[in-house]
Amino acid sequence: METVIQFFQANIQYLYIVILMIFLGIEVIGRVPSVLHTPLMSGANAIHGVVIIGAIIVMGKAGSTHYVALAIGFIAVVLGTLNVVGGFVVTDRMLEMFKKKK
Amino acid sequence: MSGILSICYLIASVTYIIGLKMLSAPATARRGNGIAAGGMTLAILATIFLYEHDGQRLGNYPWIFTAIVIGTLIGATIAKKVKMTAMPELVSFFNGMGGACAALISLSEFGDLVRQADPASPGLLLPAGVLGRFLVILLGLIIGSTSFAGSMVAWGKLKGKMKDLAFRGQHLMNMVLLVLILGMAGYLLFDMTSGNTYLFYVIFAAALLYGVLFVLPIGGADMPVVISLLNSFTGVAAACGGFLYDNKAMLTGGILVGAAGTLLTILMCRAMNRSLVNVLIGSFGGEKHAAGGPTVAGTYREISLSDAAMVMAYSKKLMIVPGYGLAVAQAQHTCHELEKVLEDRGVEVKYAIHPVAGRMPGHMNVLLAEADVSYDKLLEMEAANEEFKSTDVVLVLGANDVVNPAAKSDPSSPIYGMPILEVELAKTVIVNKRTMKPGYAGIENALFYQPRTSMLFGDAKKVLQDLIAEIKTI
Repeated sequence: METVIQFFQANIQYLYIVILMIFLGIEVIGRVPSVLHTPLMSGANAIHGVVIIGAIIVMGKAGSTHYVALAIGFIAVVLGTLNVVGGFVVTDRMLEMFKKKK
Repeated sequence: MSGILSICYLIASVTYIIGLKMLSAPATARRGNGIAAGGMTLAILATIFLYEHDGQRLGNYPWIFTAIVIGTLIGATIAKKVKMTAMPELVSFFNGMGGACAALISLSEFGDLVRQADPASPGLLLPAGVLGRFLVILLGLIIGSTSFAGSMVAWGKLKGKMKDLAFRGQHLMNMVLLVLILGMAGYLLFDMTSGNTYLFYVIFAAALLYGVLFVLPIGGADMPVVISLLNSFTGVAAACGGFLYDNKAMLTGGILVGAAGTLLTILMCRAMNRSLVNVLIGSFGGEKHAAGGPTVAGTYREISLSDAAMVMAYSKKLMIVPGYGLAVAQAQHTCHELEKVLEDRGVEVKYAIHPVAGRMPGHMNVLLAEADVSYDKLLEMEAANEEFKSTDVVLVLGANDVVNPAAKSDPSSPIYGMPILEVELAKTVIVNKRTMKPGYAGIENALFYQPRTSMLFGDAKKVLQDLIAEIKTI
């Protein structure tokens, strides 16, 4: 019990962020028309590409002779960039076609 | 300097929220996507130039930039070149890349963790203080790997390179595997010694296998739901990275997508009138053999091209029901042409769009928008069902399950309960399909055997072109 309370106390900021973000995520897309489901999924897909920041950190802090970390980091950065760039570009392409009709 | 970095991350987080919000409305969607992309660029650049690890700036710039340039070139090229019909599998592919990225981060961080620990101590390898860090590394690994493997299977299935595979006891096996993964993770968390670090890699392999087995039995019609679910998985994996690096941009972005993705998944299920559990456990593809069900039999009527053209040309009101067949044949432009030809003759032409027509919700709207079909001609399901009664001709183009009356009448059908387009209310129904083969969900369609229905076989694009030529001669 003691440790649980301590855990909450130590991470209270994170817990606030997580809980508020969950509500926000649900609220923000609550009334999306089904027309936009595909672009929205694609856009959200691009946003979780933010994981690339982790990959950049892995790579940037690796010692220049630490080849394993460098190799893993390199691949991770490439894949993360694919997720981000591909995600945003493909979403934009989809939405571009909607725009003309407006 | 780290103060500026925090501000950059704060701005990035806000852009994600605004971006998602704007993506939910047609008028602002594109701008919203741009805003989120801008925030992402800011966060990435700020990380490269401002992030400090143990008081040290990041190094290896040449490598980082090379990797980013490679990723950008490949990503942008694929995203620009891909056909609009291949959109769902592409989203799945990019999602898999994000999952793999998260898993790789965990692998590398685990290596660091082991290296920092004292190899001489025979007992617990980890000091108690890093338990939290190890926990998020494990979670990132498990969720990221599962998402990666699952997305790749979904991608392969949508590309048609992989078949559904369901075997007896598969769900039990998946359960056992999941429990095993979590058990190993829990054991490792509290009792890691220098002798059992290999378990971490066993978990990695098991999570990959779980991802494959998780998606393998789920039928094609449910694939969009699965992709959306895996999308939110990757969001959570990214959030694990946020805990790991105390990084608020990763945390907020990840959780936001995790929550929004989960809701989107539920919304999609609702459009098909099914529950998420039903989609995951019910495994559409596997059930059809077991259910057997009453096989629809009878004779169907074929209609000749010229007759079809005649019926359509002399109708007052015509409704087009586009489905995946139209998308595969890339016939959206030809379809728009037919619409114009008919309208020149005074026929009122509209489109009835089922929420899950194509292979993803909204897929048809994207395709028809590409072909310049006017927005107000697209009717959503409820509106369309109102209008079928007063419609002379319904032209079903490569759609099947979304017009299957079994969804309303046959409780044993796997799609029972899914709202459908009630095309049988119209005076005449012309169905264009390539063959009599059942649709994506693998079930027979009684509509084809009804007296008002006639079949017009052939590739959607070819048939539409021929119809246009015929109508012009009338």
